Amino acid sequence: MRRLLNPRVLGITLAVLVIVIGSAFVIKVPLPAIVLPPEPIACVGGHLASGAHGLECEGGFPITNSMVTTLLADLTILGLVFFGLRNMKLVPSGLQNLLEAVIEGFYGLAEDVAGKENARKFFPLVMTIFFFALVANWWELVPGMDSFGWITEVHGEGGWEKRELFAGIYTIVKEPGHYTLVPFLRTATTDLNVTLAMALIAVTYVQIAGVRALGLSYFKKFINFSSPMDFFVGILETISEVAKIISFSFRLFGNIFAGTVLLFVMPYLIPLLVPLPFYGLEVFVGFIQAFVFAMLTLVFLATAVVSHDHEGHH
Amino acid sequence: MEALAPGLAIGLGAIGPGIGVGLLVMGALQGIARNPEAAGEIRTNMILGIAFAEAIAIYALVVALLLKFV
Repeated sequence: MRRLLNPRVLGITLAVLVIVIGSAFVIKVPLPAIVLPPEPIACVGGHLASGAHGLECEGGFPITNSMVTTLLADLTILGLVFFGLRNMKLVPSGLQNLLEAVIEGFYGLAEDVAGKENARKFFPLVMTIFFFALVANWWELVPGMDSFGWITEVHGEGGWEKRELFAGIYTIVKEPGHYTLVPFLRTATTDLNVTLAMALIAVTYVQIAGVRALGLSYFKKFINFSSPMDFFVGILETISEVAKIISFSFRLFGNIFAGTVLLFVMPYLIPLLVPLPFYGLEVFVGFIQAFVFAMLTLVFLATAVVSHDHEGHH
Repeated sequence: MEALAPGLAIGLGAIGPGIGVGLLVMGALQGIARNPEAAGEIRTNMILGIAFAEAIAIYALVVALLLKFV
């Protein structure tokens, strides 16, 4: 409380509040355009052109805004590990302590679920998925995501007017017009391509681990002519294996996409204080979804390497 | 009418998983209340179970998104 009453801190706080509240009255900002596919922000070997809904890449390789954030998430993890483990000490402190606690905690969990031997094999992939999903999800909360970008003409309906703030920097204002914003950064996991890639990697590795542990008899789970009952069970197993890819990718995508939309809408409705608890919620959701993705991969791996032969005999 | 379809798809589709998640957490909390020492194991399994129940809601979300954007 005393630190809050320090005149300098109080002055800065008041100035920030005045800027935030003042800008909300001066610039009426429309609800952000919510688009499902990622948008190209650069074009290798072609050129960007304004299309019906935003930018389009003509005759080249598009660099989308979620690709940029995927790389940012990768760099964040690399940076954390590099600076955390640069000079390792026997008695850890600071960042090294945090990383060791997270990895040891998860390793213990993996040993509980998969057993000592298998945990050693599966842990690297599971932990990689967890770290990547966690960092990519939490990038959603960084201020400036989805709010800086190219202002481009739209040829269709539903555009807004633009206004110059200063020195060639424009903003979108809440008047009907012909412009929209294509953000430079978009949370990686709100792009279905990213989560689908993760799901494909996870499910493919489950099959590889199954074949490695059981040989070709792993496929007896799917194709089995020993009895009509087993045959239909095999069909169901095959379907559920495909459904795993769908539910993996759409679970992560759906949760984080819905979270971003929530974080768009709440500050638009009430710009002050009310969005704060939703940021807390999104920290929680981002962690839980990363944890669930990694845990489910681990559980599927653990069940894939167990033989089901003995079940029919008793 | 077209605007109504995705809303109905996700709204009706979320009823079942909602009840399911509620039942799951109820069972887990009762388990933890009776045997607080098993809290850690019950919690992990509860989260996994919630993820499976939630998958149904995700199929509804997929349908809703397909109706809205495709």
